[in-house]
Amino acid sequence: MKRILPVTVALAVTIVTTTAQQPSPTPAQQPNEISTTISSDAGGGAPRFAVPDFIALSKDAETVDAAQTIGRVLWEDLNFEREFALIPKDVVATIPAATSLTDVPFDRWREINADGVIVGTVLKTELGVRVDVRLFNVRSRVAAFSREYSGSVANRRLYAHTIADEIHQQQRALRGVARTKLTFNSDRDGEQMPGMVQSRGVKEIYIADYDGENQRRVTTQRSLNINSTWSPDARSIAYTSYRRGAPAIFVSNIYQGTLDEPTKGAAGQAFLPAWSPDGTRIAFTTTRDGNSEIYVTNRDGSGVRRVTNSPAIDSTPTWSPTGTQIAFTSDRTGTPQIYVVGADGLGLRQITHEPYADRPTWSPAPYNEIAYTSRTGPGNDIKVMELATGQVRQLTFGEGTNESPSFSANGRHIAFMSTRSGKSQIFTISKDGKDLRQITRLGNNFQPDWSK
Amino acid sequence: MKRMSSNGAVAALMLCSLTIAACSGKKPPVARPMPPPPGAAAGASSTRPPAPPEPVAEPTIVPPEPIRDERINAASLIDLNTNSPLKPAYFDLDSSELSSEAQRALNENSTLLKQYANWTVTIEGHCDERGTAEYNLALGERRAVAARAYLVSLGISADRLRTVSYGKEFPFDPGHDDAAYAKNRRAHFVITAK
Repeated sequence: MKRILPVTVALAVTIVTTTAQQPSPTPAQQPNEISTTISSDAGGGAPRFAVPDFIALSKDAETVDAAQTIGRVLWEDLNFEREFALIPKDVVATIPAATSLTDVPFDRWREINADGVIVGTVLKTELGVRVDVRLFNVRSRVAAFSREYSGSVANRRLYAHTIADEIHQQQRALRGVARTKLTFNSDRDGEQMPGMVQSRGVKEIYIADYDGENQRRVTTQRSLNINSTWSPDARSIAYTSYRRGAPAIFVSNIYQGTLDEPTKGAAGQAFLPAWSPDGTRIAFTTTRDGNSEIYVTNRDGSGVRRVTNSPAIDSTPTWSPTGTQIAFTSDRTGTPQIYVVGADGLGLRQITHEPYADRPTWSPAPYNEIAYTSRTGPGNDIKVMELATGQVRQLTFGEGTNESPSFSANGRHIAFMSTRSGKSQIFTISKDGKDLRQITRLGNNFQPDWSK
Repeated sequence: MKRMSSNGAVAALMLCSLTIAACSGKKPPVARPMPPPPGAAAGASSTRPPAPPEPVAEPTIVPPEPIRDERINAASLIDLNTNSPLKPAYFDLDSSELSSEAQRALNENSTLLKQYANWTVTIEGHCDERGTAEYNLALGERRAVAARAYLVSLGISADRLRTVSYGKEFPFDPGHDDAAYAKNRRAHFVITAK
């Protein structure tokens, strides 16, 4: 299939599949737009947007379904960042649907105080579909955002994710997360570890869209595979696998279908890989010196360097956004606490003084925060420390146990594991503790990591 | 070994792949065991480890002819590990210190490991679910290492003792109470070659 990939949407194309690369939405010549930011009529507050279902210009079932899906997913994607006040769907349903981009009933949208309305059409084409979308300023009736996309109809949700990210970028200068992905490990397959006397279930690495759709298995070795984490370009996943007996670091290049082993041949056990922000190095925990220490290796296994040196446990590294510092867990005071050290091993300082703190995860810039797991009672909760002030806020409050936080690429959301619904599942929550969403429901799922 | 079931042989092969060095070593000493009497395995008489040999005053280069349990000699690795003569060492919450009870279990294990000098063993470190998944990987390793160091101090060669940490990934008791947690905080012994 012919693929045209203009620069504007090239980055949007991160459909993950290890079998067949899907065609991507490809914009045609973009229509003119007057780039303006739509503000609230009332002045202050989030502008009120309406997102009706898209208009199917072809009446076949697939196009009709695509039009409906794109509109609904776009509503969810925009709602996720809370930059716009989305008019409830039942209110939107009272306004007669447009049949094209030119007969939008602006007067009716004014009646329900909409500031903006997003109207889109879906047309069946030889290659798949063409999606045409406008964000109209309801008062001026001028399009503030206009885009056309064409490509396969297979992953119709990706059109909505792309539109949402581009509207957030254009209207709010915000990097949306609609096209980002999660990775985690899961026991959902119910397979057993081979060669063991006890019944021990395997854990395999999975990926999913940020909203939990398109969950796919990455590893198939019937082993214990844990600690999965996205490379900064979201094209590789590093993880810990026990497939050779002793745990070691593996890197799965999910688009090429290749596997690297940066700790191959090294003594001891290796856990908990963490990518440097530029993707060239991996920090990890290893017992090669007899107890757990933090090491850094180039992703090809060369240039191995020790960062910590303590008879205590040093574990669970995470990089600062600039790659100059590493936060990690150490129990050198007797309990696990979080420390920060230069990537060169200098300038160590302890940042938590709690009963028990682990799994630091550094926020992306411009925030300078570390989220971590804290033992608050019989279970654990997620906390976030603002590094400049040392101020700590708690995001979960004893609903089951809560572990393994990971920031979204824009630093506004955190994925974590919680047992609040019974089994261990992946959830996302806003960094202010609102908008809890359950991402997984099948089996037990652990240790989420959000792509950058 | 000649009585090993095909299942056992497969398992032994798999385990051997984890401990290549150990498997390529010596064959088991020839103790010429009598085949166990029919039904011996079902005998309820003893699931306990055999009595330790008489202590000797001085370590000798040639160990005394060990007293061997016929069932242990004849058992496949799978059977051995299913009802293991090696006892787990249990730990307190967040701790990798060996209690006197844990030391007693390890003392008994060291006796067996001296008797069966061709066994190689993997010591698995396990944790309960209250700690975090991440820290427990390191804590489990420290528990396994503590058990190994103690056995080495009793004269067991470190070459025979590998360690692996499973953190809280493989609880022995899936419960969520103190009794389950106590069972799950352990250094667990798996015989990988005999």
